[in-house]
Amino acid sequence: MARVVVDVMLKPEILDPQGQAVQRALPRLGFDGISDVRQGKRFELEVEGPVDDAALARIREMAETFLANTVIEDFAVKVES
Amino acid sequence: MTARVGVVTFPGTLDDRDTQRAVRVAGAEAVPLWHRDKDLKQVDAVVLPGGFSYGDYLRAGAISRFSPVMETIIEQAKAGMPVLGICNGFQVLTETHLLPGAMLRNDNLHFVCRDQKLRVETSATAWTADFTDGQEISIPLKNIDGRYTAAERVLDELEAEGRVVFRYAGPGADGRAGGAGPTAGGYGNPNGSLRDIAGISNAAGNVVGLMPHPEHAVEPLIGTGRTDGLGFFTSVLKKLVAA
Repeated sequence: MARVVVDVMLKPEILDPQGQAVQRALPRLGFDGISDVRQGKRFELEVEGPVDDAALARIREMAETFLANTVIEDFAVKVES
Repeated sequence: MTARVGVVTFPGTLDDRDTQRAVRVAGAEAVPLWHRDKDLKQVDAVVLPGGFSYGDYLRAGAISRFSPVMETIIEQAKAGMPVLGICNGFQVLTETHLLPGAMLRNDNLHFVCRDQKLRVETSATAWTADFTDGQEISIPLKNIDGRYTAAERVLDELEAEGRVVFRYAGPGADGRAGGAGPTAGGYGNPNGSLRDIAGISNAAGNVVGLMPHPEHAVEPLIGTGRTDGLGFFTSVLKKLVAA
């Protein structure tokens, strides 16, 4: 079993008020020096069978059509272990 | 013959009963449609009501989009059947790409629940024919993921083609991120929606989506006593009778 991770982030030009709220809370908690926070989603997929080019192509298709909304989000696919 | 207007229920839909009632108040037959049925029971139009279908998991409307009923609705909408998406229904319509753009978390991070002033920008859709261009109406708004977003060129295209159907109206509606906030008396942009957009249509004008809730404002007895929402449903009836 191999794990494939799909990270989904709001596109850079899209306002992320949740990330901003986190960033503004940091100094109050004593964590200084963070100028920006963007919040995203991480999907961990346990893949049955080999993670070959065909399997990765299907996962990219899944990310593009379902896990991410490419109107507002970018995604990255990574193979782990 | 009475027109038949379908109202879809997904798991997590909240406003299906109010929507059915609004359809009946307007003089049509309300036909409940279940998310697992591909069959639309020969309805003449469909409303996707508000709520939190599939718990808004992943993104609001993202999972409902793949339900069997939506396959048929997408097909029929492309063939010209009138479809209205309210709130969560609007989110479903953007996820299906029947309407462009996407909905994001409100810029103020508040769940906003208030009577909202809107300007009807065009009466040239299946769902707004009973209004006049520029008419101001007030209907309830209630959501946390209502910030309409699309690429600049898409927004320009919507404006040029007259497909911005509703804008948030009143003082304070200046399109500024941060809007007027949740407690500003129903005026202005409640959530940072780009260009104050509250609702849009497809190019043919048969598919309309908006965040505020016309189905909650159809009878003088309840709410603020205004019946500004009724025009949505009477508009589509006229269209169906004329067809």
